[in-house]
This record gives sequence, C-alpha cells and structure tokens, in this order.
Amino acid sequence: MRPSRVPAIVTWAVLVFFYLPIVVLVAQSFNSSRFGGHWESTSLKWYIALMQRDDIWSALVNTLVIAASATLGAMILGTSAAFALHRYAGSRLQKVHYSVIYMPLVLPEILMGLSMLLFFVALKIQLGMFTIGLAHVTFCLSYVAMTVLARLQDFDYTIIEAAQDLGAGWWTTLWRVLIPMLAPGILAGGLLAFTLSIDDFVISFFVAGPGSTTLPIRIYSMIKYGAPPLINALSTILLVVTFACVTISQLLSRNKRAPGT
Amino acid sequence: MSEFLEFVDVSKNYGAIKASDHVSLSVKQGEFFSLLGPSGCGKTTLLRMLAGFESPDSGRILLDGQDITDIPPYQRKVNTIFQNYALFPHLSLWDNIAFGLRVAKCSKKDIKERVEKMLALIQMEDQAWKKPDQISGGQKQRVAIARALVNQPRVLLLDEPLAALDLKLRQRMLIELDLIHDQAGITFLYVTHDQGEAMSLSDRIAVMRSGRVEQLGTPAQIYEAPRTSFVAAFIGDTNFFDGTVAEPVDQRAILRGMLPAVVDKDYSRLVIGDLPDLECFNDKQIKQGEHVFLSVRPEKLSISREEPERRPHVNMLRGTVEDVIYLGSQTKYWVRVGEYRISIVRQHTRFFLDEKPIKWGEEVWISWHADDGFMLEKYSEQDENLLRLPPEAVGETPVEPAPAPAAEEART
Repeated sequence: MRPSRVPAIVTWAVLVFFYLPIVVLVAQSFNSSRFGGHWESTSLKWYIALMQRDDIWSALVNTLVIAASATLGAMILGTSAAFALHRYAGSRLQKVHYSVIYMPLVLPEILMGLSMLLFFVALKIQLGMFTIGLAHVTFCLSYVAMTVLARLQDFDYTIIEAAQDLGAGWWTTLWRVLIPMLAPGILAGGLLAFTLSIDDFVISFFVAGPGSTTLPIRIYSMIKYGAPPLINALSTILLVVTFACVTISQLLSRNKRAPGT
Repeated sequence: MSEFLEFVDVSKNYGAIKASDHVSLSVKQGEFFSLLGPSGCGKTTLLRMLAGFESPDSGRILLDGQDITDIPPYQRKVNTIFQNYALFPHLSLWDNIAFGLRVAKCSKKDIKERVEKMLALIQMEDQAWKKPDQISGGQKQRVAIARALVNQPRVLLLDEPLAALDLKLRQRMLIELDLIHDQAGITFLYVTHDQGEAMSLSDRIAVMRSGRVEQLGTPAQIYEAPRTSFVAAFIGDTNFFDGTVAEPVDQRAILRGMLPAVVDKDYSRLVIGDLPDLECFNDKQIKQGEHVFLSVRPEKLSISREEPERRPHVNMLRGTVEDVIYLGSQTKYWVRVGEYRISIVRQHTRFFLDEKPIKWGEEVWISWHADDGFMLEKYSEQDENLLRLPPEAVGETPVEPAPAPAAEEART
C-alpha cells in the first residue's frame, strides 16, 4: 500500500498559510510600484527612501536602546531567578516563584500593558523610554529564566563545591565557573529577549510617553497614514534581524554537548 | 608525633537521622586512613565536614593543631576528589589543574611549572588541551587527583573515588592511588563502602555504622579480630553459628582426665542448636549462658574427605557439599551441616591433576582450631538490613583474601 498523501498535503497547506503573507511582503518590498497591485520593476527604491526617513531612524534608535537595556536587565535577573528556582527546587516558595516567573509567558499582553500603565501612573512615574524598558524587563526575564533553567537541568552542583574546595570564594566561583558554564544559556535567553523587546507593540504602546516612540509604534502610525511600500521594506529588514537572532539563540542552546566546544 | 587531624566529639543530625554521633577520631600525618561502612553510615558526612561543606552541630575539627570547624571550605588547606570527579567542563585539563593555583594568585611561571609536573605525574602531558568530556573515566579520575594534589593540601579527601569506574580500571587505579600516596606523602582520608578497596590501601580503617565508629584499626586487626559481628560480617566473608556459651572447656577436659590443654588459655564450649558442641577461645571472658555468634572465616576452615585426627581444641563437623566454585587460585565450597550452610575457601598451594577433587554431594569433614573462631555479640535486626543493602555502586571488588561481604548466606 502506498503511504497516504494526506500528511504531505496538510503540511504544505499549513506552510503556505503561515508563510505566504510573509513571502508576499518580502517580494513587494522590492517592487517599485507605489501600490502593490501590479509588478512594475525590481528595485531597492523603498529601501533607499527608508534611509532618508529621520522619524524611522530615531524610532529605531529608541527601540535598540530599550531592547539592549531590557535584555541586560533580563539576563541578570532571569539568570538569578533560574538559579534560585533550580537550586531550591521543591520548596514551596520556589513553586510560587516559578508561577510568578511563568506568568508573563501566558498572560495576555494587553493585561500586562494596562496594569503597568496604571501602576506607573499611580506612582507618578513619567512615561517614556524608562517605563518601556522596565516593562520589557518584566516579560523578557521570564524568557531568560526559562532558557537558563533548561540549561541548568543537567548542572552538577558538586562543580560549585569543587571550585570552593580549590579555594574559590563565592565571587570567584561566580565569575570563573558559574557564568562561563551557563553562558550559552544566558546568551540564548538574552537574544530571545532582545528580539521580543524589538518587536513588542502592545505593552510598549500602553507605557510609551512623548518622545519615546519605538519602531513597532512608528510602523503602526505609518500604516494609518498609508505608506505600505516603506513598511514592507522595513518589515523585511526586521524579519532578517529577528531570524538571525533566533537562529543564533537556538544554535547556542543546542550546542552544549558538541565536542570540542 | 602529635595527632595531625582530629575529630573531637563531632555530631551532626539531619532531622531525626544521626549522621554523626559523637565521633572522635584522630589521623596521623601521612597516613592513608579509610572511613568504611554501608551507605548511610555517616562516612561521607564526616568527610564533608572536614572539607567544610557541612558544619557539625557540635564538636570540633582540628587540623595540625588549628581549629578549622568554622573556617569556610575555600580557606581550608584540604582538597577533595569527588565521586563524579566534578571537573570543570568549560576548561581544558590544563586549566582545570591550574584552577586552584590561579585562584591562589600564584605567579604564571610557578603555575606552569607545577601544572606540568602534575601532568607528568598522571602521564597526560599530551592531552592537556582536551576538555573533560573528551577523555575517559579513568583519565578524568587522574585529572581530578592532579587538580587536588597540585595545591599541596594538608589532607587529600577522597569520596568513593573509584565507584564510577569499571572493575578492571578500578583495580589499576587502586595501585595508582597507592603509588601517588607514597610519592606525595600527603595524608589521605578515603571514604568507601567497598571493603576490598579499604583493606588493600589503608594504613588504618575506621568501620562506621549509624553515625558511630564501630571499630578502628589496621586492616589485619579489623579482619582477624573484629570487635562486633557487624564488623565481622561487613569486612570479608564469615560463617556465623548462633549459640549459647556453656561451661569453660578446660575444666571438662581435666575432669575426664584427657590431655590438659594449654592451661593459660581459656576455652569455652558453645551449644549450637542441633550441631555438636563447638569450642572457642574465650578471650573476652563471656559468661556462661550468654547468647553469642561464633564467627569463623571461610579460609580458616579445613575440608577433607577423611576424618581428621582428633586433637584438643579442634572442632570437627560432618556435612554434605552443596556447591563448589572453582576460582583459579582458590576453591570455594558450600557445605550443609544441619541448618547451617558453611562456606569454606581452600587456597590451592599445590594442585595435582590426578588428585580427585571434592565434588558436589560428597560427605566431608570440616575442621578448625578453636583459636580461629571468635565469639561476638549478636547483631540487631537493623544491622542485618544494613548488611543486605545493595552496594552503592557498580559492584564489589573481590580483593583477596576478602571476597564480597555475604553474611546472611551462612546462617540460613
């Protein structure tokens, strides 16, 4: 009996459903036509036009500054959280801790954005880059914590005892043993956090203030006034950057057993 | 020489479990000292307290006259070899060995010199730049030893260092450990549940049970003169006879006008179930009417087809061979005598191919001198369970003359 063709058909249908819009978008970004209806000629004109838009550039800088600082904060906090979660796994407090860390992964973003907005307003904190960064740290740290936690699964605590036994105090153990051993996990989590921060819209939208427009918010407002070809180009660039980050992140977390590394 | 390393009345509890129960021990400088016992006897806890990973609830630990009880592990001049080696996976072997020296901020030249000397000692100069996951278990073991020894510790702590290795490798590492101990001249504190390892390496052994030191002595003292039935059963093989002490033997012998034995020795007669009465040297002056175990090591028993000549203080039993195991250098027999299944080990000093070996089902005589048995108090139910515990690791090392502990076999 020949194997059924149904699985193959379904697979292709799913792939088309997911990726066709993206393929169209990428293709359109190279179309010189003002409107996407017909193909005029292949050109990089929208990419060049993009270079001259200062508002987009300042939004990009904002986004990168926020993403970088949120990632750094999330890496430090997330790693500490993961370490506590693993070291004291089983205690009741750590079960609560785990739920708290896990929550942002499942909570609707709109809820998080709204609650944070109310929180900042209640505390009379000026909305702006700082509040966006802080909000990003809160959800990014969950991703870092989960990635590092996965890497900690086969971590052997006698390594820490061995370091102490050889004369290393806590600080030396941290820098010479713990961080180097967990580095791939921390970096993978960091890259994930970075991409998430770059394209976050909902939470940023709620806690943004004057002068702190990020790229996703900028794109949203551009759509309202209609500049699809520019957005296509911008989206393609974002897509490439995100794809690169995720790929590196996955390579890092997979590579842990490869010999010679 | 004053005591080098001392545990003074050290106690440590984990909840209701007494991991260490008022232990006092002292170890001499340069000694190879073993802590031996079944799992959960508290041997590892003692080692971890010395390393500084645990702190005792009460008592002090002294190293070379200095009280180190409250000093953190990274300031103690002791180094540990962990059961799973605990090498740093992200560092090369060279960097693993150099770790302690770098932390101690030694000069670059000094580090290079000492690390290379260590690599030469473990014969791994050519593999210095490999990572730990690229080398074998035995090699990891050697790197772990080098990483500890390079710091010139006052005491080297070894926590079941051979448990993760296979039998062949373990036997080779035993010899290497012994060599390294001789060369380094450092005090070794060795923790193991394997009596073979402990017997073959140690200058002295402390046999532990339930957080206490049951007996302390040289391997020969512990094997030949166990103080308790637990020690007798745990160290090597033994036959136990469950009996009651009857009247002293010499009086009876004199009354019957038989040959008077050496009078300064005091032998007691033991009444053992449905077996003939047995004689045993009673150096502990155990009183008449006491219930005891008579313990006789398998290699102390003689086995023969013909009835041996009757002599004073020689016990003789008649039984049927139930099993014969030929082991090359020796043969092991299991002989049924009444309710007892007695194990006998016979060393092959000479072997004639035309000699008719004793076979399964034959009627044989077992005999031994009363001096070779010893009377011990019966061990409790709880200890019996301890002895039945499966070995913690891959298996037992049959190191002559003490095969794997198998106490219960002889008593059924």
